[in-house]
Amino acid sequence: MEKVEFYGAGFPYNPVDELPGKLIVLEGTDGVGRSTQIEMLRVWLEKQGHAVSDTGLKRSPLTGTGMNAAKMGNTFTPMTMSLFYAADFADRLENQIIPALKAGFIVLSDRYFYSIMARDIVRGADPQWARKVYGFALKPDLIIYLKADIETLVSRIVHGRGFDYWEAGMDIRKSDNLYDSFYIYQSELIKQFEIMSAEYGFLTINASRSINAVFSDLRKAIEVHLQTTHP
Amino acid sequence: MLSRHKYKGKLIVVEGIDGSGKSTQIDLLFKSLQAGTRTVFFTEWNSSKIVKSTTKLGKKKKILTPTTFSLLQATDFAERWENNMLPVLKAGAIVLADRYAFTAFARDVARGVDPNWVRNLYSFAPQPDLVFYFRVPLDISVERILAGRSQIKYYEAGMDLGLSDNHVTSFRLFQQRIQNEYEKMIDEFNFTVIDGTLPVEEQQTEVRRIVRNSLRGWTGLPNPMRPPRRRKTTAS
Repeated sequence: MEKVEFYGAGFPYNPVDELPGKLIVLEGTDGVGRSTQIEMLRVWLEKQGHAVSDTGLKRSPLTGTGMNAAKMGNTFTPMTMSLFYAADFADRLENQIIPALKAGFIVLSDRYFYSIMARDIVRGADPQWARKVYGFALKPDLIIYLKADIETLVSRIVHGRGFDYWEAGMDIRKSDNLYDSFYIYQSELIKQFEIMSAEYGFLTINASRSINAVFSDLRKAIEVHLQTTHP
Repeated sequence: MLSRHKYKGKLIVVEGIDGSGKSTQIDLLFKSLQAGTRTVFFTEWNSSKIVKSTTKLGKKKKILTPTTFSLLQATDFAERWENNMLPVLKAGAIVLADRYAFTAFARDVARGVDPNWVRNLYSFAPQPDLVFYFRVPLDISVERILAGRSQIKYYEAGMDLGLSDNHVTSFRLFQQRIQNEYEKMIDEFNFTVIDGTLPVEEQQTEVRRIVRNSLRGWTGLPNPMRPPRRRKTTAS
């Protein structure tokens, strides 16, 4: 990282002044192919001799079990889900991401707080409130938004794992069936990503194409970034 | 600043450092109100099931940071706010809360999080109708806590801050920081200060007097166990 910057106050009790690693974020809605691309990027980066660490939502050892239990029991409200996810994100940021960046790793993050915030806002959270909650978040070196239209997402979901209660936003009852609900919910998420794209400087890659075409664009974007910052 | 609420009910909160006697006082207030003509509901800090196992795990493994600790407590509070306090206030009950958002503002800031950040977290919670702040010198509160306990737990003592290797010393220093934060909030959140060194009965008389004044002329949700037949009981 050229300069360590946070969106707000960061972690005042634990200041960091230097992070030699790189934080690269892949954002996008469900079904855009983020995890496939991250797997491929990891192999590619490691071949070039970079130490790579990856992380994704809900992978915190602190909150993982408790969050799944609450999801299973449908005991979450939009507000408690929002705060619980923020705890998961903070735990991974402080205990995994920042230490890896300190050690000079390239950290590939399968989503960042932008996804969580998009979901919170679609569920009725105040956009300004949500932005301030993530005032502790580190500004990434590169944020790539894998953008796919709703039709592409639907075909990938149907072809792949099928519709899921949460991915369809069934908890907010936009419709009584998974298909319509998925369509409405994911379209609203895409709208939120559009708003955040300009605000946070996302680099957009069209993900409605083949895996290899997307991978090729990703590689180029990362290469350019690494070259300009590591002359 | 927290926003004013427009619910039919009344929200009364007690705050103070550990050992300030606030739980004893709110318990006595609860009992007196239960015997009255209005419905009263009691809730206490950190009592929701939603984050219980997570907090327990975090404490056991000592992996909580000031930020994650703060967010988990906010989750707990939000759960109780949405499922207990808010609906009951809407119904017109008196809600008594043993600790409220101010506990987070004091403790989390004492742990080092940004004061504005934690205030934003809780901005969905309204300003209570009454906030009693029980003020006691640190020597007294620490002595009260130590007298009743064989040991003070890791996070309770603020051991995560690395202030001292000794649990009691650390506890003292941590409580001092919390008290400083409470003192700063007196004007910000319109605390009613109660002298926690006075005898229990005297404090309770004062608390009841203030509550009675604040509830004068307000009807609220009737107590189903005690229909309001005799008008004079509330006025006496």
